[in-house]
Amino acid sequence: MNILSFFNYWAVILLMMIGYYGMIVCGNMIKKIIGLAIFQTAAFILFISAGKVIGGATPILREGIALYSNPLPHVLILTAIVVGVATTAVGLALTVRIYEAFDTIDDDAIDTLEDDK
Amino acid sequence: MNVTEWMPFIVLIPLIAGPICILLPGQRLPWLLAMLSAASALIIAGFTFAEVITNGTLRYAFGNWQPPIGIEYRVDAANAFVALLITGMASIMLAWGKPTVDVEIPERQSSFYALFLLAFAGLLGITLTGDIFNVFVFLEISSLATYALIAHGQDRRALVAAFRYLMMGTVGATFLLIGIGFLYIMTGTLNMMELAERLPALADSRATQVGLAFIVVGFSIKLALFPMHHWLPNAYTYAPSLVTAFLAATATKVALYVLLRFVFTVFAPDYSDAAMPLAIAFAVLAIAGMFAGSWIAIFQKNLKRLLAYSSVAQVGYMVLGASFVTVVGVTASFLHLFNHGLIKGALFMAAGIVFHQIGSARLEDMRGLGRVMPWTLTGFALAGLSLIGIPPTVGFVSKWYLISAAIDAGQTWIVVLILISSLLAVVYIAKLIELFWMQPRPADSPVVQEASPALLIPLWLMVFANFYFGIDTRLTVGGATAAAQAILGVPVGGLP
Repeated sequence: MNILSFFNYWAVILLMMIGYYGMIVCGNMIKKIIGLAIFQTAAFILFISAGKVIGGATPILREGIALYSNPLPHVLILTAIVVGVATTAVGLALTVRIYEAFDTIDDDAIDTLEDDK
Repeated sequence: MNVTEWMPFIVLIPLIAGPICILLPGQRLPWLLAMLSAASALIIAGFTFAEVITNGTLRYAFGNWQPPIGIEYRVDAANAFVALLITGMASIMLAWGKPTVDVEIPERQSSFYALFLLAFAGLLGITLTGDIFNVFVFLEISSLATYALIAHGQDRRALVAAFRYLMMGTVGATFLLIGIGFLYIMTGTLNMMELAERLPALADSRATQVGLAFIVVGFSIKLALFPMHHWLPNAYTYAPSLVTAFLAATATKVALYVLLRFVFTVFAPDYSDAAMPLAIAFAVLAIAGMFAGSWIAIFQKNLKRLLAYSSVAQVGYMVLGASFVTVVGVTASFLHLFNHGLIKGALFMAAGIVFHQIGSARLEDMRGLGRVMPWTLTGFALAGLSLIGIPPTVGFVSKWYLISAAIDAGQTWIVVLILISSLLAVVYIAKLIELFWMQPRPADSPVVQEASPALLIPLWLMVFANFYFGIDTRLTVGGATAAAQAILGVPVGGLP
């Protein structure tokens, strides 16, 4: 067992941190949404990697195969991907409306605009 | 009539009515459909609650696929209690909110009510389901609908509030997804009851502990537990009045319920407590939230924002009860969950009526308003007394049980902290009452009239409920006790 045998999980951690960093650091709302999408994708890869059974075949029932990979995580992630797309869509729609209302999509610039709390 | 067969319709009615609602024209029909679905969900939830209290847990396997293959709805006293609160609040809010929606969202009301129904269905789905992945799906249904509802606010800052809530809410939901992933990897099941059986054997596994951490943080964001409350004040301030009142009365409550369900039912309490100092973390964050929320609320200049910060403080009380990890403590938690729904519902309804009449939520525009709108603001003041916890209101019952739980757990110093933080609530409520009645109405202020009975009757119904359940506590205390027993009742040792 070496480090590379966990390659998928390293990728998950790396992507998750890239996405999270982007969300926190970028002021531009589109970039924040991109960061969020990367962050969500990392979670998807985590699930899908967990579904692989070493030596298992694709989970389609047929003769002469005893060991199948686990299809359930894929199905779950299919749902989660739909959710992720919907989130991105709502986020982008809000960004369009924010641009119409504020003439900017920079989070910090909006902060200075809405000081009159 | 078999209640088990009807129980899933609590979720299905609003979920199906939502898409139909979009197709309806005009202003009256969409509202009527939303109102009807909320009322019928309330009726079924009432029957379900009665059935669960007398006969115990109801189980319904969707499509007749038995768990662990299929998704199961598993309703015990805890779910039924929370579902009763949500459906009741949705019904009364919809009955109240039509005039405010007509003013604040003049166009495309059908899509507004459709989103409302989806948010409502999502919250109920989280409450009733017995499958952890299903929790995630319904959480996202309700969250996505909520972001869009908040963006309906008239102020352009509503859009920014919705965007920031979307960012934080999605991070929370993704954390939950990761946590669910860890649990599935370790146990191979998504059914809550099966997880509860398999997890104790894995108590020492790092992956399970990390899963629990992700789940707790994810729900804490949704719950607005201090210091993860950042999204809440702006979202509540700029959302339409109906949305604010509904969210304040239900959304954080559902997050609390499901957090307790995960911590106590799925990961039995002794294990969570042993695995990591969750109880201590909850207690510290709850007390910090109680003080920070109330303290910030004192200095607010906007009525809705003031109430929002007060909500952050009240979430602290709810979590504090659970942090004792005793039946009395969790009872106090559930009791305040219900009672705070009544209190904040009434307060935000009164704030919504004021906003409806004067078109502003800023406190400086409300000076002397008590003499112009006596009915609205008397209701507000009475609900404020309930927030402080003066007998015979529901707020008093909540605090009483919370203090009993603290004494029961041998932590008398927490009683002192509860009393001090209640004094902070006295400060901001007294400040408002002084503003409404003691100060003169500015001479140049526009002419304002008392609201119509259509707005006042539901408000006073809520205020009446605040007092009624403060005197007759059979439903609330009985329900909360049964809920606490149900949530802690899984094969666990070491409970008093």
